[in-house]
Amino acid sequence: MKKGLNPSSAGTLKKVLHRIGHYRWLVLVSLALAAGTVLLTLYVPILVGRAIDGIVDAGHVDFDRIFPILVRIGLCVALTGLGQWVMNAVNNRVTFDVVRDLREEALQHIENLPLSYIDSHPHGETVSRVIADADQFADGLLMGFTQLFTGVLTILVTLGFMFMKSWLIALVVVGVTPLSLFVARFIATRTYAMFRQQSETRGEQTAFIDERIGNLKVVKAYGREAAETERFDEINARLKTCSMRATFFSSITNPATRFVNSVVYALVALTGALSALAGHISVGGLTAFLAYANQYTKPFNEISGVVTELQNAIACAARLFELIEAPAQTPDAPGELTDVKGGVDWEDVCFSYVKDRPLIEHFNLSVNPGQRVAIVGPTGCGKTTLINLLMRFYDPDRGVIRVDGRDTLTLKRHSLRDAYGMVLQETWLKPGTIRENIAMGRPDATQEEIVAAAQAAHAHSFIMRLPEGYDTVIGEDGGMLSQGQKQLLCITRVMLLLPPMLILDEATSSIDTRTELRIQSAFARMMQGRTSFIVAHRLSTIREADVILVMRDGHIVEQGNHESLLARKGFYYELYTSQFEGVGSRE
Amino acid sequence: MLRYLKKYRMECICAPLFKMFEATLELFVPLVMASIIDRGIGAGNAGHIWRMCGVLVLLGIAGLAAAITAQYFAARSATGFAADVRHALFEKLAGLSFSDVDRLGTSAMITRMTSDVNQAQTGVNMVLRLVLRSPFVVFGAMVMAFTIDARIARIFAIVIVALMIVTYAIMALNIPMMRIVQRQLEKVLEATRENLTGARVIRAFRREDAEYAEFVSRNRTLTRLQLRAGRVSALLNPLTYVIINIAVIALVRQGAIRVDAGILTRGQVVALYNYMSQILVELIKFAGLTITINKAWASWKRVADVLAMEPAMADGPGAAPAADAPAVEFDHVSLTYPGAGNPSLMDICFTALRGQTVGIIGGTGAGKTSLASLIPRFYDVTEGSVRVFGADVRSYNQQALRQRVGFVMQKTVLFKGSIRDNLRWGLPEADDDALMAAANTAQAGEVVAFKGGLDGMIEQNGANLSGGQRQRLTVARALVRRPEILVLDDSASALDMVTDARLRAAIAGLDYNPTVFIISQRTASIMGADQILVLDDGRLVGKGTHSELMERCPVYKEIYDSQFGGGEVRTA
Repeated sequence: MKKGLNPSSAGTLKKVLHRIGHYRWLVLVSLALAAGTVLLTLYVPILVGRAIDGIVDAGHVDFDRIFPILVRIGLCVALTGLGQWVMNAVNNRVTFDVVRDLREEALQHIENLPLSYIDSHPHGETVSRVIADADQFADGLLMGFTQLFTGVLTILVTLGFMFMKSWLIALVVVGVTPLSLFVARFIATRTYAMFRQQSETRGEQTAFIDERIGNLKVVKAYGREAAETERFDEINARLKTCSMRATFFSSITNPATRFVNSVVYALVALTGALSALAGHISVGGLTAFLAYANQYTKPFNEISGVVTELQNAIACAARLFELIEAPAQTPDAPGELTDVKGGVDWEDVCFSYVKDRPLIEHFNLSVNPGQRVAIVGPTGCGKTTLINLLMRFYDPDRGVIRVDGRDTLTLKRHSLRDAYGMVLQETWLKPGTIRENIAMGRPDATQEEIVAAAQAAHAHSFIMRLPEGYDTVIGEDGGMLSQGQKQLLCITRVMLLLPPMLILDEATSSIDTRTELRIQSAFARMMQGRTSFIVAHRLSTIREADVILVMRDGHIVEQGNHESLLARKGFYYELYTSQFEGVGSRE
Repeated sequence: MLRYLKKYRMECICAPLFKMFEATLELFVPLVMASIIDRGIGAGNAGHIWRMCGVLVLLGIAGLAAAITAQYFAARSATGFAADVRHALFEKLAGLSFSDVDRLGTSAMITRMTSDVNQAQTGVNMVLRLVLRSPFVVFGAMVMAFTIDARIARIFAIVIVALMIVTYAIMALNIPMMRIVQRQLEKVLEATRENLTGARVIRAFRREDAEYAEFVSRNRTLTRLQLRAGRVSALLNPLTYVIINIAVIALVRQGAIRVDAGILTRGQVVALYNYMSQILVELIKFAGLTITINKAWASWKRVADVLAMEPAMADGPGAAPAADAPAVEFDHVSLTYPGAGNPSLMDICFTALRGQTVGIIGGTGAGKTSLASLIPRFYDVTEGSVRVFGADVRSYNQQALRQRVGFVMQKTVLFKGSIRDNLRWGLPEADDDALMAAANTAQAGEVVAFKGGLDGMIEQNGANLSGGQRQRLTVARALVRRPEILVLDDSASALDMVTDARLRAAIAGLDYNPTVFIISQRTASIMGADQILVLDDGRLVGKGTHSELMERCPVYKEIYDSQFGGGEVRTA
């Protein structure tokens, strides 16, 4: 059974044990109870056997012997029942608490993970580690707890009892039972290939369903219902065949082991009865033996199930630990920013997401308090990289970024981020009320302040049209709100804070141009007197900017103001004039 | 459910039958043991012991044969059932209308077809194999007990009733508790997701600690609920054990009295004791099963809900389009999506003549896609009527109507397979020349060449193509069928200006002269159309050519100005 544990899962096991260690007293109680209940459970058949020995035939029944035994059985049973219940409750407590601790550990770690981790791992996968894997781990742990220990103990104690009573019958039992294990293993290895084929075909079918049902509208638009059903049926028929094979052959295990058990039973009956004839054993003793023969084989089957379950649990735990042990972001420095003026300096900054593909190289820029910086360039050219560096979502590989002359790496992240108000293109809202979402940066804001901010951002009127106004609950991802409305809420959020510096992603392609104008005026109001970094799409914003950064393929290719950039006749000039050519060709 | 099992009637009857046969054989074992004790050991007859143990082995062999037969029938009916249900589901889903699809949601449909059907399959398999067996053994043991001694057998009857009450009470308490646990788990999941999807915002607003605190509180509630539910379900096994063993005590006591009175033999008491043990074993198995069956039943109910759905749209009798009628006419059309409060389109009237190019423009959510979706009858109008070639769309056979329309959707969808397979969706019998001609018109010739010709492979969801490449291939797919009406729903948004212009020029030059609808956010893409429809909040606020609208339609002028006017230009 041990061979399933390779070194890495042994490592995981150690970590799991470490976490369980906090509950070691409960674990000890559980183990003690398990031992107690197993012993009592096995003692009962012996007592019953003794009682039966007191019954011989008509007129030969030793009531004085039987009744005290029956009272003893009653006591044992009551104790066992109570012990089992308490043990189950304790096991539940340990398992659920360990999983709770692990989940909290995982989430705390998520808050501390660098954004590079969050950006590069699919969210669904991380969620499934925290939720599904943790759950599976709990199931496995619980089963292991309750069954592995009691199972092993049952086997050992039963063996002990049997050898004490009659070594001959015990030998018969010990000799034959492994047969059922062999049979089970034999069938399992034969069916493994069938199960693999089944899950492969299932995967093929799921992919087909995912494509066709996921894009049902296209299927219908092209009238492909019948044709696609036919292709589906072909996969379905194959799945049926291999699923039938896997199901049937694997289901032979139970009857087969049951058969082996009944052979064991017959052999015990034979040797037992012959021994009884020879006077080596009483009829009551034989009864106890038969009860054991039933009980002894059961844990074997259970244990092999538990071992698979435990291996699965360990694999799940390993995935969870992978998350918990992913390197965290660099620890916070102690510095605090106070009374921010808004000067930002970039000095020889280099940055890349992937080591061998340099993105920003030796970048220098000096922004005075209150200046406006526009970042322009085609979609997908890496404008957000600059935002990532300003907010310290990512740290530069080389060089220094200073705010009011202080290296941002020496500051607390909270203190730095406090100085910025950020509105991203990709709007994120928390499930909750509109009010909670607006007051995200300042949970203590009054209703008046919130309304004032919403009015300033042109969001008040649409909020009032919602069924519950500011108390309307929005679901995940903003629910029924349109993209433009979501963006207005994000602007309101920043309006409420009015931080000394702004980072704005100006517009999105999915917002119509009239809503955009409205958002524009909200932005303009906010930017007055604040240092702002704007991912700019509109010429008016670009023209008014003090500095324009022109980006292309992740690099900053030009920097200057509108006139100087036009005069240079470079990429900016190209971008600018292509728009007018585009218009011209359509007239 | 029975409808889908009917085909496997024989299997469904045989499987439990053979199971029962196996169980009956098991029920004889204690009787054989009693005989060994009384007539073998009691009478000192070693030959009898040998014979009886031989009988035990024979019983085992017969049981094995019966069980394997039962498993075979159970597996056959369960897998066959699942395959039939999957087929029925696929057919049902393929026949649903667009509004049904919207309502059900994609992920729900996929779960129904995969994990729910699998659960149901396991359920059928288990029911056939075990659920009938356990009660049969339990009641069978009781019946056997009655044949031995009716008075003692009453203990069996009492025990079985008591066990049923206990099991039922615990289940009734526990199932609602488990449901609450499940719901709380979803809340924990939501909190986890939030911390990933909103990582930037949460950090920008310094909400890490608040978010963590919220997670912890949800997580602790979960643990509390789990423990509460666990305490109840942890009662089941100990209680079963205690009840059975109290019965054993009663049995031995009664047995002792009746053996003393000469009514029973010792072997018979042992047999009764063995029957009691069999009941215990079966009940423990049964308790484990009820959970599986509960799950399977819940899954099946979800599947059955889908199977019971009636498509919201019925086919027309088949219409005969008039030769000289306009291509598309909207006659006071309003559309309210099912479940939506407000109408998405209100009182729309316009006529598109054959061969005309119609531009549709308007803000986000103005109803552009909704309007176009009515032409191939993806949705039914709430008021008014839509006529295609002079006939109401509701009078067409749906497939025949859609055959005339090439609809290129906003979301570009391609399927795993070769480019040829994908393009042939437009027209299954199209030859390579026709495919290449369509591709060239769609400016996709270079895409095909780049992928190595028509045999080039496309990955799932077109993952190995760029947005612009996908868009051009979906346009080509629609052109393959040489549609009489072509709808391009924002189908050039990922193309650069030059390719966009070339695409429109190529479509205008098509020899079969289709009626073209172009939906776009860009004024530039529709300025040249014969007719432009301006939508605002579901209403048609302007209709005419570019120059007419610039004079008469303030909304259109505003859109135009926001893109070109006042010297403002989008650089992205």
